[in-house]
Amino acid sequence: MNNTGVLTGRLMKHILRSPDTIITVALMPIAMMLMFVYVFGGAVKMSMGANVNYINYQLPGILLIAIASGIAYTAYRLFLDMQKGLFSRFNSMPIRRSSVLWSHVLTSLVSNMLTVVIIFLVALIMGFRSNAGILNWIATTGILVLYTLALTWIAVIPGLTAKSMEGASSFSYLLLFLPFLSSAFVPTETMPKVVRVFAENQPVTSIVETIRALLNSQPVGNDICMALAWCGVITVVAYIFAMKVYRRRI
Amino acid sequence: MENAIEVKGLRKSFKDTEVLKGVDFEVRQGEIFALLGSNGAGKTTTVNILSTLMKSDEGTIQVCGFDVSRQPGKVREHISLTGQFAAVDEVLTGRENILLIAKLRSVPKPAQVADELLKRFGLTEAGNKRAGTYSGGMKRRLDIAMSLVGAPAVTFLDEPTTGLDPEGRLEVWKTVKELAGSGVTVLLTTQYLDEAEQLADRIAILNEGKIIANGTLEELKKMFPPAKRECIEKQPTLEEIFLAIIGKGGQIK
Repeated sequence: MNNTGVLTGRLMKHILRSPDTIITVALMPIAMMLMFVYVFGGAVKMSMGANVNYINYQLPGILLIAIASGIAYTAYRLFLDMQKGLFSRFNSMPIRRSSVLWSHVLTSLVSNMLTVVIIFLVALIMGFRSNAGILNWIATTGILVLYTLALTWIAVIPGLTAKSMEGASSFSYLLLFLPFLSSAFVPTETMPKVVRVFAENQPVTSIVETIRALLNSQPVGNDICMALAWCGVITVVAYIFAMKVYRRRI
Repeated sequence: MENAIEVKGLRKSFKDTEVLKGVDFEVRQGEIFALLGSNGAGKTTTVNILSTLMKSDEGTIQVCGFDVSRQPGKVREHISLTGQFAAVDEVLTGRENILLIAKLRSVPKPAQVADELLKRFGLTEAGNKRAGTYSGGMKRRLDIAMSLVGAPAVTFLDEPTTGLDPEGRLEVWKTVKELAGSGVTVLLTTQYLDEAEQLADRIAILNEGKIIANGTLEELKKMFPPAKRECIEKQPTLEEIFLAIIGKGGQIK
């Protein structure tokens, strides 16, 4: 535990000394949010009804996009440590081997939560309002943490196996794209059958629906179970696979 | 315990390629031992196995009296590894790099240890600058300084001067020479003959996965081509010219 703390402190220094990584990660989702709200927003509202607060509606999807692009940096940092020989150095020392990996995972959680806070602040300026109580906010944070954890363990795999820097981070484009094929920005009802079936049954939809319901103080229904199950399953599968790769690489 | 490292019948294959085909050697306590060989001879594989990063297929290997495959944790408490590339965190300062290792090794008084090592390796001034701004030779020195935190009994230096410019190379040579007599056992690998000649008490030549010669420089000289007496005019080498021009020639020996 102590060693994980020391190693996490090291990576946090990396983030504090190049805050541009957090800003870069936040910038793209913020630009998307501006576009969705001020460019597409009006047209979407016409079909959804005038009483819909579209900033509130699209915010969960933007947060998930931010997390997906944030974990690309986790893969990148892992790749660098691997390539620079720091993994070999740490692993030839009398410390628990998993603490090196956990330090990257914890750093990913912290940096992604910072990005999420920045996006919430920008959304507030743009008119995001929530009547949610403290419990709903805690639940929202919990779901976002679990989603970050799930994607982080996925990111560990290319981080450890990639041959190049681009290879280490390019997998995130796929994860970045998932919110577009979900109910994150428009209702799924108008989508063609095949797309709609995919959209309604992929992990992002249940997670987006849960966060949206929590922030707008609406009943979460079955979505929260689905969201938790998806995050849990992805985390466990990715974790097992990542650990297998890790043991083979060292 | 006289030998710090004992290797007997070490074999290792990667898929179909047999990299180490029965390697035997010993390293005595407190000596600098060079494993000399060309690229692909199996030097790094040997170091990785000895430093518990890789498992051997066959053979018994003891480091400081502990078996590397059965007691890797014990071995790690007594060794340090300086890998083929300077494994320093370039975002942290030189001082923070040493502090990091000191904290991970739970060394008492980490700040004092860091100051002492920075001084010993001539990095006191650069200590508060980011390691990313260091020259190749400075990075390597910091790298070796990090390896000495907690005074490990055995330190592995895998090709410590590969990729360095001549000046950096001399800096590292000076550093390694200073390690001799400090009690630490050093196993260094190199592909440069002059490096082994300059630094090592004993030299083993690794070729195609086997040790083909092992001994002190004097012993190796006796074994191999017999001495001839020739009279030749010695032309300065480019290295000597280069060093004479930049005024660092005096520091080699």
